[in-house]
Amino acid sequence: MSDWVRLAVRLSALAFVIVVLQEAAVSQVTIFGVSADLTPLVVMSVGLLAGSMAGALVGFGIGLLVDVVLVQTLGVTSLLYIAIGYGSGRLRELRDPAHGLVPVALGAAATAFAGLGMTVIQFLLGVDAPVSLLLIQQVFVTVLVNTLLALPVYALVRRIIRPVLPDDPRRRRRRAYTTGGLSPLQRPSERLGQIPRSSL
Amino acid sequence: MGETHLVHDKQVRRRRAVLAVLVGVSLILLTAYFGESTNSPLHTIQRGVVEVLSPIQEGASKALKPVGNIAGWVSSTLHAKSQVDKLRAQVQRLDVQLAQAQQQAIEYPQLVKQVGLDNNGLGAYRLVGAHVIGQDPTLWYDQIEIDKGSQDGVQKDDPVTGDGALVGKVSFVDPTVSEVTLITDHTFGVAAEVQDGVGDRGVLVPAVGSPNQLLLQDLTQTGPFHEAAGQLVVTDGFSDGPLIDLYPPGVPIGIVSNANQDTLVNSGEVQVSPVADLRHLDDVQILTRPHAGTESASLP
Repeated sequence: MSDWVRLAVRLSALAFVIVVLQEAAVSQVTIFGVSADLTPLVVMSVGLLAGSMAGALVGFGIGLLVDVVLVQTLGVTSLLYIAIGYGSGRLRELRDPAHGLVPVALGAAATAFAGLGMTVIQFLLGVDAPVSLLLIQQVFVTVLVNTLLALPVYALVRRIIRPVLPDDPRRRRRRAYTTGGLSPLQRPSERLGQIPRSSL
Repeated sequence: MGETHLVHDKQVRRRRAVLAVLVGVSLILLTAYFGESTNSPLHTIQRGVVEVLSPIQEGASKALKPVGNIAGWVSSTLHAKSQVDKLRAQVQRLDVQLAQAQQQAIEYPQLVKQVGLDNNGLGAYRLVGAHVIGQDPTLWYDQIEIDKGSQDGVQKDDPVTGDGALVGKVSFVDPTVSEVTLITDHTFGVAAEVQDGVGDRGVLVPAVGSPNQLLLQDLTQTGPFHEAAGQLVVTDGFSDGPLIDLYPPGVPIGIVSNANQDTLVNSGEVQVSPVADLRHLDDVQILTRPHAGTESASLP
């Protein structure tokens, strides 16, 4: 079985388990009056670890499963989670952030995006309530709670999918360190060719 | 070098294509689902998946119950400390009301005989206990999922009680699982009565902009308003020919939390806090048989 197939199997299982766990247990536990929402954190983590395409696909899958399980309007959560997964993946592909607190910041941003995005979509769909300071307060507190949980969730997701990641960033950095540089694909000078002196 | 470019371009194209397809599928699903009736193929598939997943959800809910209980206990303890003074004052007020109620209880059977009322109350219903197996963490969908369905006699629009009060009604039924729309959902409305001595009636709806509050609107004014904070609000349970209320009379719903006299006079409404803690429901009861009439009234 190739790495991609194994990755797909693990991601599918992870998506399924996390949605069941979220809806059956986590959402029934309130902290500071709100429930934590692990699903955007998992989507963010997958994007950050496996790239934009895997992030978008997992975001779509988890979002669709959430909508189905909760008997909600299909497609709403998928749309938001695709953006979260894709965005996290692109950040990894373009910047390859190495700082240990990146998942924390990105978890907060993902949760805020999911909360505010849901508000906007519900308005567009014409849902008549609730619009208030309480809603903003709830989004804010959920962001805080999720920020605290972002690092453990990221670590868990990394533990699950790292062994089957075809292009693990840590492995890539280690290779760059041991071989004295990045691979040709990562080196702009080699990818773009020799820069003529006249243009400098 | 050119080959590297080609591979890179191919990857970019593939990534963009996947993104476009996923966004497109989401938008198609959203549009199709939103415009369809509840018997449409998408709804049917959704119900099928819920039916398949509900035993797994139920198992996970039961298995993880101790973890939830510990977290809930910590959260409840913190919340309870802030409630002590408020509840002490409420107990004193309720003691007075209890004395009045006991007096009325003595008089009630005599009055019923005199007037010939036939008030069946909850005793006429078959109560089905259910366990909450799923809940949405956001404010947008005030719904819970329970582990009882049509196989247990549950029907759409059956009233649901929990924590000693009305919590909602059944909005979706499958053989083994049902979805309950809570009283704080924006689609909800119920005829209610204030236990203020004269029984002022109105329509209880969620307060727009405050998801944990309700508003008792259109209060019938037969004299000066008697509403005050702390009074209990119960279901009215009206019956007018073939039109029968979905909810039996006398089921507690909330407590008047703010009865501003200006608002009362100008708008005829008071703020009501739900009796039940809707975010921590573990077990509920569905009031089945006799089921409500098939005709239902909708709010304007």
